[in-house]
Amino acid sequence: MLEGIGLVKKVFTMLNYLWAGMIIIGVVFGIFTGKTSEVSESFLSSSKEAISLCITMAGVVAMWSGIMEIAKESGLTNALSRKMKPLIGFLFPNIPKDDIANEYIATNMMANILGLGWAATPSGLLAMKELNRLNGGKETASNEMCIFLVINISSLQLIPINIIAYRMQYGSANPAEIIAPAIVATLASTFVAVIFCLIMRKRGMAK
Amino acid sequence: MKLIMEVSNLIIPLFILYILLFGMTKKVKVYDAFIKGAKDGLLIVYNLAPTLIGLLVGTGVLRESGALNGLANLLTPFGEFFKVPKEIIPLMVVKLFSGSAATGLLLDIYHTFGPDSYIGTLASILMSCTETVLYCMSVYFMSVNVSKTRWTLAGGLLSTLAGLIMSVVLATVMQ
Repeated sequence: MLEGIGLVKKVFTMLNYLWAGMIIIGVVFGIFTGKTSEVSESFLSSSKEAISLCITMAGVVAMWSGIMEIAKESGLTNALSRKMKPLIGFLFPNIPKDDIANEYIATNMMANILGLGWAATPSGLLAMKELNRLNGGKETASNEMCIFLVINISSLQLIPINIIAYRMQYGSANPAEIIAPAIVATLASTFVAVIFCLIMRKRGMAK
Repeated sequence: MKLIMEVSNLIIPLFILYILLFGMTKKVKVYDAFIKGAKDGLLIVYNLAPTLIGLLVGTGVLRESGALNGLANLLTPFGEFFKVPKEIIPLMVVKLFSGSAATGLLLDIYHTFGPDSYIGTLASILMSCTETVLYCMSVYFMSVNVSKTRWTLAGGLLSTLAGLIMSVVLATVMQ
């Protein structure tokens, strides 16, 4: 667990360097190209831009979280997770039918589909913990872990609500226009991920 | 084209209607639940604000100094190879590591080209159908001390590539 925290830290350290790098390169480059007034101005205007974006975001995200809370309290998200059972059985035939891992995987996938990122991570970590138990705590990832992560990484979120909010803020004539194409693209990338996993699983078993 | 718009415009209202009716049949106090959820949503944005300020300042300074443009120009050959605008390449690469840093670049594209331009549409779809591959992998695998990740990275990159190709196709159709 400690190592896990260490790695998360590493990722954030990387972001520290990335962020510092952006500003250092920007300032130095700006001095050399003689764009100091633009650079100076952008420090102020960008932070202002971030806050006006947050104000648009606050409305959209609060509305969406409110609707999702209704879905949660009415048991809709749980009911949808249960409906994932056959699909989970298809993707993970080697997990025993009544193992708790199935439940965490279903919760995680449904949370991702509905775009509840903050609910997806805890159940995802629990799913990994259970898959690790089934794998006997080995250092090498099991087929199930690989499948779970590849599908997770393929992006499952159907309605990209924050992208819509960003588009709205930047004056899109129809911010929601990208929903249908986004769903098609998400399904396509997930489809490729599933096919890839099925092929790799088969190859793994043949060995 | 018009159909895509019609369908897109119907999804959110129908989705909300469904959840609302479902909640009412289950006798949930829907308005109370909404208020509670909305409060949580505000907290999410509150926590997001500092990150956004930091990253928008970072990308803003890079853009105004001309460095971002220079970087994009360096990547032109890659862009031509994959048949995508050069500004999309850094967005794609950064998205593999960090979602918030990619958001910074996405907003910079909106700022420069507008969200409804070809490149804006492409970036919107791309950001909707991809995930932070390396970040997710490190968080999930490290939480259980797995170091040999086998074909996870290959699968993640392959599905990201599929998402990129689909985004180019769909954005072209929408223009």
